[in-house]
Amino acid sequence: MRSWAGNLSGSSLIHPQRTSIHPGERSDCRKIAGQVGLAGSQFATQYIKSQNGKPHFYEKPVVESFEEAPLHVMVFTYMGYGIGTLFGYLRDFLRNSGIEKCNAAVEREEQKDFVPLYQNFENFYTRNIYMRIRDNWNRPICSAPGALFDVMERVSDDYNWTFRFTGRIIKDVINMGSYNFLGLAVRYDESMRTVKDVLEEYGVGVASTRHEMGTLNKHKELEDLVAQFLNVEAAMVFGMGFATNSMNIPALVGKGCLILSDELNHASLVLGARLSGATIRIFKHNNMQSLEKLLRDAVIYGQPRTRRAWKKILIMVEGVYSMEGSIVNLPQIVALKKKYKAYLYIDEAHSIGSVGPTGRGVVEFFGMDPQDVDVFMGTFTKSFGAAGGYIAGRKEFHSQGAPRMSRSSPADSAEEQDLVDYLRVHSHSAVYATSMSPPIAEQIIRSMKFIMGLDGTTEGLKRVQQLAKNTRYFRQRLNEMGFIIYGNEESPVVPLLLYMPGKVAAFARHLLNRKIGVVVVGFPATPLAEARARFCISAAHTREMLDTVLEALDEMGDLLHLKYSRNKKSARPELYDETSFELDD
Amino acid sequence: MATAAEQWVLVEMVQALYEAPAYHLILEGILILWIIRLLFSKTYKLQERSDLTVKEKEELIEEWQPEPLVPPISKDHPALNYNIVSGPPSHSIVVNGKECINFASFNFLGLLDNPRVKAAALASLKKYGVGTCGPRGFYGTFDVHLDLEDRLAKFMKTEEAIIYSYGFATIASAIPAYSKRGDIVFVDRAACFAIQKGLQASRSNIKLFEHNDMADLERLLKEQEIEDQKNPRKARVTRRFIVVEGLYMNTGTICPLPELVQLKYKYKARIFLEESLSFGVLGEHGRGVTEHFGINIDDIDLISANMENALASIGGFCCGRSFVIDHQRLSGQGYCFSASLPPLLAAAAIEALNIMEENPGIFAVLKEKCRRIHKALQGISGLKVVGEALSPAFHLQLEASTGSREQDAKLLQEIVRQCMDRSIALTQARYLEREEKCLPPPSIRVVVTVEQTEEELEKAASTIKEVAQAVLG
Repeated sequence: MRSWAGNLSGSSLIHPQRTSIHPGERSDCRKIAGQVGLAGSQFATQYIKSQNGKPHFYEKPVVESFEEAPLHVMVFTYMGYGIGTLFGYLRDFLRNSGIEKCNAAVEREEQKDFVPLYQNFENFYTRNIYMRIRDNWNRPICSAPGALFDVMERVSDDYNWTFRFTGRIIKDVINMGSYNFLGLAVRYDESMRTVKDVLEEYGVGVASTRHEMGTLNKHKELEDLVAQFLNVEAAMVFGMGFATNSMNIPALVGKGCLILSDELNHASLVLGARLSGATIRIFKHNNMQSLEKLLRDAVIYGQPRTRRAWKKILIMVEGVYSMEGSIVNLPQIVALKKKYKAYLYIDEAHSIGSVGPTGRGVVEFFGMDPQDVDVFMGTFTKSFGAAGGYIAGRKEFHSQGAPRMSRSSPADSAEEQDLVDYLRVHSHSAVYATSMSPPIAEQIIRSMKFIMGLDGTTEGLKRVQQLAKNTRYFRQRLNEMGFIIYGNEESPVVPLLLYMPGKVAAFARHLLNRKIGVVVVGFPATPLAEARARFCISAAHTREMLDTVLEALDEMGDLLHLKYSRNKKSARPELYDETSFELDD
Repeated sequence: MATAAEQWVLVEMVQALYEAPAYHLILEGILILWIIRLLFSKTYKLQERSDLTVKEKEELIEEWQPEPLVPPISKDHPALNYNIVSGPPSHSIVVNGKECINFASFNFLGLLDNPRVKAAALASLKKYGVGTCGPRGFYGTFDVHLDLEDRLAKFMKTEEAIIYSYGFATIASAIPAYSKRGDIVFVDRAACFAIQKGLQASRSNIKLFEHNDMADLERLLKEQEIEDQKNPRKARVTRRFIVVEGLYMNTGTICPLPELVQLKYKYKARIFLEESLSFGVLGEHGRGVTEHFGINIDDIDLISANMENALASIGGFCCGRSFVIDHQRLSGQGYCFSASLPPLLAAAAIEALNIMEENPGIFAVLKEKCRRIHKALQGISGLKVVGEALSPAFHLQLEASTGSREQDAKLLQEIVRQCMDRSIALTQARYLEREEKCLPPPSIRVVVTVEQTEEELEKAASTIKEVAQAVLG
């Protein structure tokens, strides 16, 4: 168990006054809001509210836990892989010598003399281990991915090489796998009327790029709303979340720049960094010592060999890490970034809409100022129940010679320029990729307005609060049961460690039999010995659903011996069992 | 007993010392001193060390000033002033408040505002909502996706198809799924940006050949063959790929597929074919360039296309033999790590495929229209038509450059602007000038769709002619 609550308040890097805002700054904001044509007054009031209307999280203990597995579990896990590998060799031998029939697709007869398309060892793991348990992935569903969904039953007659649909549908499976944090991915209802209208008016495609003939007024409307939602001055949206990273990072950094990337960053960030041509260095997951060391060395020693100073340093982190359930240590990263004049790129794919008192992501979660982050990136796939991604950031209006607006922080040097406008011109996506489908854009607009309360209700806010409540309840109960749970206690992504590959399959199959759909992940998405199940909590989960799942997990934990945790069980009484009191008795 | 023995050994040693010759003792003494010296002496002088003091480090940190995150950009940059389309970007389009006929969107078959497509999407919206909330692996596989993959495979007459949620990501993910560091990719100079990015991500060895120049490709393949003979061990594991486009986005030309297939078997290189423009356009049934040339589709290792042009939806697909395609389900980055395609977009693509299958005549109509405007645009003084007569997207380039790219672009932009005033919506082909491997010259891209009537085609041609004469004359 590690906690960074202590060093948060104690660290000299953190200035408590950062969260207070100066009167001058506030009026600047209003000015900016007026200039970009947002609803000026609303922008300003929200800004103040989000700064003053809630407790500061600096004093709040933030607990993240990554409990280590007992030694015997590790030994058995590696033994499991060892046995799997031995049998893999045996099966490969049988297949190669024609004793066992090989079900894999084969190369065309005409191309047998070509250089093989795949290296044999590349596919060893897939063929011999993944294949045994692959029925637990890619399970097709045939309903909206809401709190309950319908799974299409399939069976395999050849040990998972091919699947056959039985035609039966497993109805109302509890969905613990989809990233439907706020429960906004549901089948059509009246609240989606605008999406239907847009679909009927615009059709689904765009057939052109943003630069050519694909900038619709819907896109403008959405971009203004995203900026307003995030409390920044400008935003740009893209048609795919993955591509938002991989096609925009190269526009921001290049040769002679340094990217400091968290070791657990998503594949899209890694790809974007690689495509940019910048030097990439990896720091340990959420480890500030590791990051500071890299930053210090980078600034002091410059580029390798030439010793030239780096042009710029970009720190790339995620808000909530999807496989660990951890939340980025933002206050310290911001402090480090300011100290070493680096830029901060934060991928809020899993945190936007799902953390923070009003769902504005990790910046709000920590009660910080959006101005502290240079590049906000996020996706609309998860909380908003749509598709696509955005990049947002500051916009500064100073022409040559005009006096600059006052800024409190020295890191905002005079050269700070307009991120979003720059991307409008240089983003690979804006020039070469088809823009976002209009009904998808409308779904995001609708969801965002709902979360912001612009639809005139507080339903959106209630959803965000419900999600936080569900998350705490679920995590606490799992902890009490003695499972090893990773991550931050407020993160709606809940990884439950299974370790052994055999248990991965048993776990997922048993739970599907009990009409619970879970996501299990193993190597290569996690370290070899840390296979896990990952639950995504949704605001749409009712207490009954969560209790059903928890009950099943409790039994499963006993059946499969999954309760590895050696932490003392909580002595606290169960806080959330009001429903089980029978008052009439 | 033991102690007595030890004492005895010690005594023996002392005795041996007495008996040893003097020179031996001296030599050993010197050696011992030498070792002590080596152990304690410093191999370098202190003042020569370059370790920075803490203060110096702090100063360095204090002094370092990074470049701004993004360079300044002037507000009147041409790319900042996008055309804003109000309402659907279909046949008749409202650009910057002015109603025009659309000659800019790749809506070749006019399916973008087809009522059947909309109805199918709507039915899907009612059943599934909008988002999928997960990648294909984690409950992001809907029955609609499986249907669409099935339909695409059947339509293209291949074993398997795989869909991506973004057209650009399709070929950009497919290439690095197969071609790794050390492999060799032969690629046409005019290849589009998505291919370039895919190649970059693959970190393979890239060899560019002149656009559509088979002799040049053969020269490179021969060179490689000679290279391979020198190092047969390495050649046995070096995969070779040829990456081409069916209809080139940047030039509007068709690849010489029959020759490519011959070269493929002669030099044992696999062909990856990007068909974003040719899918739903070329061939009797719109199956693309393989059907156009009557090539057996199994001779092409992988075909990729997006569903954003002819199908007027969003996303892309790859198709080919299962042996090849199935690999992407675990190795295609844009497939594994991205949320799946919203079901309503998949449903729209299925319905668009239905329409294509029901009206095979539509492709002949499109070709006829392409020929017509192509012919009508010949002979404009100052502008030349670049691209095949049957390509629905082709380019108008300046016959003679002014010498500066910026100036050329300005002239073309003026033509575009004046055409727009006269209700013909056109656009320049946009490129990232610093990022493109082989930057094509500035051009206006004209896109033909089946919805454009003969009069509209005539009108567009005559408008472009008149405006070009006024601007360039």
